[in-house]
Amino acid sequence: MAELTGESKYEIVIERSTGWLKVPWHELWDYRDLLILLVQRDFISRYKQTILGPLWHLFQPLLTTVVFVIFARAVGIGTDGVPRPLFFLCGLLMWNYFSQNITTGGATFVNNSHLFGKVYFPRLIVPISIVIANLVAVALQAIPFLIFLGYYKLFTHSLDDVHLTWLILLLPLPVIQTCLLSLGISLWMSASTAKFRDLVHLNQYIVQIWMFATPVLYPMSIVPIRWRWVNWANPVSVPVEAFRICLLGRGTLDLHEIVLSSLFTWFLLLSGIAIFQRVERTVIDTV
Amino acid sequence: MKAVVEVENLSKLYDLGAIGASSLRESLNSFFGKRRNGSTKSPKEAAEPKVADSRAGPTPNSFWALKDVSFSVKPGEIIGILGRNGAGKSTLLKILSRITEPTSGRAILRGRVVSLLEVGTGFHPELTGRENIFLNGAILGMKRAEIAAKYGEIVEFSEVGKFIHTPVKRYSSGMFVRLAFAVAAHLDPEILLIDEVLAVGDAGFQKKCLGKMGEVASRHGRTVFFVSHNMGAVRALCEEAILISDGRVKMTGKPGDVVSRYLADSIPTDPDNEGEIWWDIADAPRGDDVALRGVRMLDKQGRPRSTFEADKPFTIELHYDVLLRLRGARFSVILLTQEGEIAFAATDHLFQSETQLPGYYKTTCFVPGGLFNRRSYVVQVQCDIPGERTVFNHGCLSFNVAGAGNQSSNFPETWPGVLCPRIEWKVEEMEPADKG
Repeated sequence: MAELTGESKYEIVIERSTGWLKVPWHELWDYRDLLILLVQRDFISRYKQTILGPLWHLFQPLLTTVVFVIFARAVGIGTDGVPRPLFFLCGLLMWNYFSQNITTGGATFVNNSHLFGKVYFPRLIVPISIVIANLVAVALQAIPFLIFLGYYKLFTHSLDDVHLTWLILLLPLPVIQTCLLSLGISLWMSASTAKFRDLVHLNQYIVQIWMFATPVLYPMSIVPIRWRWVNWANPVSVPVEAFRICLLGRGTLDLHEIVLSSLFTWFLLLSGIAIFQRVERTVIDTV
Repeated sequence: MKAVVEVENLSKLYDLGAIGASSLRESLNSFFGKRRNGSTKSPKEAAEPKVADSRAGPTPNSFWALKDVSFSVKPGEIIGILGRNGAGKSTLLKILSRITEPTSGRAILRGRVVSLLEVGTGFHPELTGRENIFLNGAILGMKRAEIAAKYGEIVEFSEVGKFIHTPVKRYSSGMFVRLAFAVAAHLDPEILLIDEVLAVGDAGFQKKCLGKMGEVASRHGRTVFFVSHNMGAVRALCEEAILISDGRVKMTGKPGDVVSRYLADSIPTDPDNEGEIWWDIADAPRGDDVALRGVRMLDKQGRPRSTFEADKPFTIELHYDVLLRLRGARFSVILLTQEGEIAFAATDHLFQSETQLPGYYKTTCFVPGGLFNRRSYVVQVQCDIPGERTVFNHGCLSFNVAGAGNQSSNFPETWPGVLCPRIEWKVEEMEPADKG
């Protein structure tokens, strides 16, 4: 019996939980290996059957950029003096990361209902693993961007006034903000799609429309003053624009926009965790 | 000794109204509509909704899947949990494995819990066997280092060694199950919760798994919860058993006693129905491809009976519908005593065609006279595809054996043993000289 008393650090009390913010932080830490393996699984399973494998990550933003360039030429959208392909590739890096996180992470309960119905582990692991797995995709998508950057810098004069500045050191900040923000939103979406399945379809449209409210296809500078509130209200605008400022030194951001967007991010994340935990406790009875 | 599992007044209320109409209907069917007699409506049938009433919750569309369940378990015990479908066993297991929360009451688990409600949860078809071992182990709560330490043992136990670097989508279902169980068997938890998982895999591997479970409990002092319809396994492995019926604990005790109570409760004792039972397609024991429609026990004159003479032969007929083209299936009758000991089992496998096309079939088992003891028996019918899956296993009928025994004795005594075959004897008086 010595064996058991020695390990009695495990004592689990199962009862109806009350209260909103009951996050099993230490359990999340205990399951860190699962987090790593889920990231690995997502990555392997996504590309094993495709011919190009991870190369898709390089092609997808390039194709989107081609479409954007054609469209921007026709309509005549300015890009803050940055060559159009470079401008779009840069904006798409952050936007693709954001939209992929919320489309896959936003259906956590719906997509994993079978798994969740059979075994317990902290459910938060799943959306977190998605956000991390997609970060690997961002790293790959950065390759075509860097190639274009090198080309314009070395072989043309269009980037002569763009220099590497101390701002590059701030580059992780917009990435982290996008990560936390999309995690918060996917937690909200997961919780709501679990209760109302129809929202899965609605979410796809939300993401599509959302892009047009975000400075991906256009710079913040061309937004008329009376429409600037849209960008304030849209928390993902700031990291997308900030990412461009850090890399290309071009963009328009006010301090109060940054503060507002950061506050909004934290609010969405914390409330998202709370609502996710709330739903998680009995979600399996309804999914 | 401190209890390792303490359950106090655990209750779970399900609100059916919250789900869509179709799932509401399904849930109602699965929980309340499990009465097996479809063709004959007796007064007892009409009284069935009473069961539902006793589980009705505070609002019209809610019901208690579990109500005030309490028990405690000492370390090192293997507990069998028995109950009909929809009795609440799975709900209990889901609460204990923290998949869902109870509505009220509580449970305390002292030790690391691993629940195995299904074999191979989280296996990904694209990943190799090796990758899946690590992923599955982590899903079940193991650390990477722990899995790495046990990796060799797991591969060996699973017997898939050569294919360990092949994606599991290329595995046969047997290999898949073996690998999945091997991971689970090596988790080394302090409390192991197992639900029906042993209904898969071939017989040899099942035996190995049961052995492993027994070893886990006896050697390492672990506690095992075992929900199963395999009464033989419950009897052989468990030291304690709990019978759950209509969301409540109906009985706890020695497995033999609990199994016999379970069997007695689960077999309809409708006098109109003696010796035969028929189902509607909707509530028949079934899989997607085959459904059992009726079971009859007939005496020599072809009349349904539930009491047979010990020395007379009788037949057991199984009527079934094949719904989809079926390959390699076999039907078995398993004859158990009222106490749950298996007397014997017989299968039509050698008489069965390899492939059965959709249609209505009957398979008949001819039971010779002079075989049974004077006691009560239960007929279980099982359909399975060897090495692949068990389609269903269902207790169907009970019968008595009476009359002059086979034990070559005229005294009306009960002879020991599950069977009492007619044996030839010869008694001779010998010449003393013969003794040599």
